[in-house]
Amino acid sequence: MADNELSDCKTLPLDALHKRLGGRMVPFAGYAMPVQYPTGVMAEHLWTRESAGLFDVSHMGQLLLEGEGAADWLETVAPGDFKALPAGKMRYSLLLAPDGGILDDLMVTNTGRALYLVVNGATKADDIAYMRERLPAGLVLTHMEDSALLALQGPKAVEVLQRLGVAPEFPDIPAVGDMKFMTGGPFLWGDVRLGVSRSGYTGEDGYEISIAAADAEAFVEALLADPAVKPIGLGARDSLRLEAGLPLYGHDLTPEIEPVEAGLAFAISKRRKVEGGFPGAERILGALLNGPARKRVGLKPEGRLPAREGAAIFAGDSQVGVVTSGGFAPSVGGPVAMGYVDAAHATDGTTLEIEVRGKRLVATVVPMPFHQKNYVR
Amino acid sequence: MRYFTKDHEWIDVDGSSATVGITDYAQGQLGDVVFVELPDAGRVVEAGKEAAVVESVKAASEVYAPVSGTVTEANAALADTPDLVNTAPEGDGWFFRLTLSNPIELDGLMDEGAYKAFVESL
Repeated sequence: MADNELSDCKTLPLDALHKRLGGRMVPFAGYAMPVQYPTGVMAEHLWTRESAGLFDVSHMGQLLLEGEGAADWLETVAPGDFKALPAGKMRYSLLLAPDGGILDDLMVTNTGRALYLVVNGATKADDIAYMRERLPAGLVLTHMEDSALLALQGPKAVEVLQRLGVAPEFPDIPAVGDMKFMTGGPFLWGDVRLGVSRSGYTGEDGYEISIAAADAEAFVEALLADPAVKPIGLGARDSLRLEAGLPLYGHDLTPEIEPVEAGLAFAISKRRKVEGGFPGAERILGALLNGPARKRVGLKPEGRLPAREGAAIFAGDSQVGVVTSGGFAPSVGGPVAMGYVDAAHATDGTTLEIEVRGKRLVATVVPMPFHQKNYVR
Repeated sequence: MRYFTKDHEWIDVDGSSATVGITDYAQGQLGDVVFVELPDAGRVVEAGKEAAVVESVKAASEVYAPVSGTVTEANAALADTPDLVNTAPEGDGWFFRLTLSNPIELDGLMDEGAYKAFVESL
């Protein structure tokens, strides 16, 4: 979806709060969203790495897939092993087009009664249409339009939720501090129900919290009252995920890209690699076997000039790739980028050149993440 | 005498030479500056055309020459401390100096009062 004028954008449940906090609102995925608050992207980024940053990600699509055989059916559009996904656990997965191209990346949680999916904001309408078109009788896909989604990220996120008294709804669910990364369940803040998972997209420990839109503002005010918490905008969300080596849909992942070249083969479960049965399985399993023709790689440009999305990557005189995300990485203290390059030039340590405004920057292919992840496994 | 452009550059004129930078409003809009690409001495710049590029964490933005002229010096301090553009945009964070080739172009620029009113209208 093209981002148009701010005045044409829909607003999210916390719109008034963002404005009150001095958020600079920009169009994103069809919504007015805060790109930064008065302290700025750099400070927000570093705060998230050292304390706790609060992100409003309510533009993302929260979906519930319910009915007998939901996991079996989801396996026909995504390459995860959802039949073996235990209640309370979540997986990163990919919604695949019939040719194996990536339509979206998503999180799938088994709530015990349903599969809870979180998809990208810009793609959610298309995702829902694609799934409903294929949904058999007996399965229901619900868009939770009355729910907000928050991400509390950073090393102090756990103690913030503890101080706030966020507690499991049922005794068999671990407390926030005992949860492992990529698990989730129902929690309570007072009598307000929360869907809490230990997850996120910043490379830090943290939580994602689903909450009824009507309760969201009071909960966010309570979180922000904790001195460890500051609101963080989309700008820092992007620089944090880039440093963590995490791809962004619509930039690093598109329908023209299949999972193996994207470096996301880990999202194809072991059983699915053997059995196939997901869209584009032949192409994707072929890429696994023979190696993809191009690969998503990390790139570290020399100097301070950032190389951004769209910049051509060269080996000598021949273009061998293109940058899909790039910018200044605050925790690295310099520019970083990711992009697709021909497999022959994708080995770590390879020296390439990136063209920025007619100049060639020397850049080295490096392993990602650029900044070490701090997940609680 | 200091003049301002609608694109939020300032130019401080002293006889036939001048110093150019971006305004405090501009740096606030750009956010944290991480790199500045400056014109080399000797480069001829044209009023309203690109003369420098500012890279913030978020994006690259062009900076235009307020008037035409020949660059005599770029601010070398910005190579190692680009954040001077944020901390002292209208002082130590200047971009470049130039010799004016067509001083009459200054007539099309705003003075401080007019620029202040312009920013308040945004």
